[in-house]
Amino acid sequence: MSTEQSAAVKEPSMLQQKEMIAEHFRELSRTGETKKKVVYTFVPGNLTELLLAFDVLPVHPEINALQSAMRQKAGAYIGEAERIGHSEDVCTYVKCDIGMKRLGNVGPTGEVLPKPDLLLLSYTGCFTFMKWFELLRQEYDCPVVMLHTPYQGDGEITPTMTQYMVEQIRQQVIPALEKLTGKSFDEERLRELMRLSARAEDDMVAVLESAKHKPSPIDAYFGGVYYIGPMFTAFRGTQGAVDYYAQLRRECNQRIAAGEGPITPEGTSPKERFRLIVEGPPNWTHFREFWKMFHDEGAVVVASTYTKVGGTYDLGFRHDPTNPLESLAQYCMGCYTNRNLPQRLDMIVKYADEYSADGLLINSVKSCNSFSAGQLMLLREFERRTGKPGGFIETDLVDARYFSAANVKNRIESYLQMIVQKRTAGAASVDLAAAASLVRSLPVINQGGAA
Amino acid sequence: MDSVDQYVARADALYHDVSYRSVAEWKTRTGKKAAGHLPVYAPREIIDAAGMLPVAMHGAGDQVEIIRGDAYFQSYICQLPRSTIELAMSGRLDDIDAFLFPSTCDVIRNLSGMWKMLFPKKFVRYLDLPQNFDRKVAGRFWAGELRHLYADLCALNGTTPSDDALRLSLARFSANRRAVASLMALRASEPWRAPAAEAYLIIRAGDVMPVEEHTAFIEGYLAAAQGADRPMRDYTRVVVTGAFCEQPPLELIRTLERAGCYLVWDDFTVGARFLEGDVSLAGDPIEALAQAFLNQSVKNACVYEPDGKKGEWLVNTVRDTRADGVVFAAPSFCDPALLEQPMLVTALERAGIPHTSFKYAENLGQFQVIREQAGTFSDGLRLWSNA
Ligand code: SF4
Ligand code: SF4
Repeated sequence: MSTEQSAAVKEPSMLQQKEMIAEHFRELSRTGETKKKVVYTFVPGNLTELLLAFDVLPVHPEINALQSAMRQKAGAYIGEAERIGHSEDVCTYVKCDIGMKRLGNVGPTGEVLPKPDLLLLSYTGCFTFMKWFELLRQEYDCPVVMLHTPYQGDGEITPTMTQYMVEQIRQQVIPALEKLTGKSFDEERLRELMRLSARAEDDMVAVLESAKHKPSPIDAYFGGVYYIGPMFTAFRGTQGAVDYYAQLRRECNQRIAAGEGPITPEGTSPKERFRLIVEGPPNWTHFREFWKMFHDEGAVVVASTYTKVGGTYDLGFRHDPTNPLESLAQYCMGCYTNRNLPQRLDMIVKYADEYSADGLLINSVKSCNSFSAGQLMLLREFERRTGKPGGFIETDLVDARYFSAANVKNRIESYLQMIVQKRTAGAASVDLAAAASLVRSLPVINQGGAA
Repeated sequence: MDSVDQYVARADALYHDVSYRSVAEWKTRTGKKAAGHLPVYAPREIIDAAGMLPVAMHGAGDQVEIIRGDAYFQSYICQLPRSTIELAMSGRLDDIDAFLFPSTCDVIRNLSGMWKMLFPKKFVRYLDLPQNFDRKVAGRFWAGELRHLYADLCALNGTTPSDDALRLSLARFSANRRAVASLMALRASEPWRAPAAEAYLIIRAGDVMPVEEHTAFIEGYLAAAQGADRPMRDYTRVVVTGAFCEQPPLELIRTLERAGCYLVWDDFTVGARFLEGDVSLAGDPIEALAQAFLNQSVKNACVYEPDGKKGEWLVNTVRDTRADGVVFAAPSFCDPALLEQPMLVTALERAGIPHTSFKYAENLGQFQVIREQAGTFSDGLRLWSNA
């Protein structure tokens, strides 16, 4: 299949996802007529099933920001935010969002986004979230409900943490949604939605884990961000998400059966030469160019941490309808950036082994202290524990000023070169070891001149 | 009574003691352990009640050359964690037995994980301050966390947990906050009597002094300062905010004054006065401390503001201290301070309060630009008030 031909290929799951998103934005644009309420909330630790149980429409500002970057609008939005006094040093998602709002709040589909009726501050794994919604509260003058997700500082979820979360959900979040919608909380409905979530989660994990095959049928970073889309946003708990993941899983299985690699915008990946783990969010302003740098080298990402920010399903978590509020609490606390650094390291080291990866590449983004602070230590510890090479590149999420294509390309190439050298050295050391054992097995002809 | 100079000399020596020799001496004298904590707020009462010395750590300022610390952080992360790592890797924190990392920001949060990996033999605890301010829900959570911390520190130090010990510590810290408040009040009313850099050192001495000693130290300084003959100058009065975690170099504080600004309020050492007023001694002391955090803590960028009256406190502080304007001084790359700033600016602009802003790093060595900026601002304020 030529590159041109395959680039044009859209698998059914892609079209399915595209239509789900389009319909969601159509619904958002019709809230004037439908009177549906709109709740802005964040991806990590989102309570989608609970929101859907109240028939409200979620909006995720991070998604708008990254979509703006992919549509090359982020520069103007960030510029507007900086012009009105936002610091160049802070997370560009926030500035992109504020700038977008100030310049008309036109969403990814070109339609004006409705204002939030409520800000659900699912404060999970990122300090900036708190300030972001304080800023939006000032912009929109609307109520905020805080859901503080305790961090796994000691690498565990304690009963006190769970109780704190459940009480917040029961005593504050649910009453706020009841007040907003005029509906009573229907626990049965929530359970039903969570049942659907768990089904979709099973299939999504199967898709992510398909990367254990050689060659991997997916790219778990660049492709991964599409695969997590419905699960991490407005669709978890819907039949649409169940169907989407079932379809996606079928497509992966077909590629495995055919021995094919991932589908990329440049076509099906050429021969898989490198299997990488990537830590950190992607750059969105040059997403395709960035991906192509990997594609051109035959580098496939077999596991990534970014695809776990909205839930660590691959570690076994499933939404549990038998215990809905506790389960929502556990879900929030388990998200990747809500885990402490030793836990994050353990995950990456485990991936290295389970996915037979050649090494770890960190994309350190300037915006995000939640991800970035401590990454150099992760890199060092990863190398120490696995003996595999680590690489480090620096970009930003949605600020094109911090994406130097030549620099990034150079770093990726040198890193891949390092892997090759390591392989050669590894092979050489195997040869040396074989030679040494051969020498040891040779009959001793002359041990010591005096004998 | 000691003279102002004697108090300041002692505080200055403690400030420059980045090897924490005074902590080592205290440990030798008492046979007990020390617990350090990062900015901004930590429940020092709990450490004290466990019989340990609470040590407030504020990085190394401009006093230590960073050799190892830079290898741990990218260029776009603030300075404080690098110098803290530097102090630890160079053995200067060896005498600190336990480390508490409050949920000030994601950098300090992640530093707690780095600490676990770098120093597996030390006691390391992340303190997840409640960001939900519901008295019942958050009160139960925070009291639970405090109880857990108290039990663990007592076990580490070989002391028996006791409500009486906790109450004694609550009372000691309430007394300390009263003393700090008196010093802040003097700064607001007669700033020439307690220059900003001097008052700063006096409060910072409490980073390492046992609390009762520090309270007496402030009271002694206050008496000496009130009696000292110092001229009042024609300076403008400014409030400084944004510098609550990584600290500005001492020379920067002096520079602001030399540029013609009396700093009638600042948040440099806000951790020492994070709770306002006394903590109740009635009932369960841990509950009392937990409720004090929820009901009596200052407004600060590192905690959530549930009421949405962003910046009202700043406008009130400007009015209460009769300040002419506000200086935003934030560490470069500081998420809490820099994300907060536009909201505070909105509140100031609504109230018609002039402001200026700059960024710094704790190891900044050049002050000319800031001096000129502060001087221009101060001149502008003077013109403004004369107009
Ligand atoms: S700081 Fe990081 S996690 Fe937080 S909003 Fe920005 S990119 Fe997302
Ligand atoms: S200076 Fe700011 S960003 Fe740095 S550790 Fe302190 S609060 Fe966090």
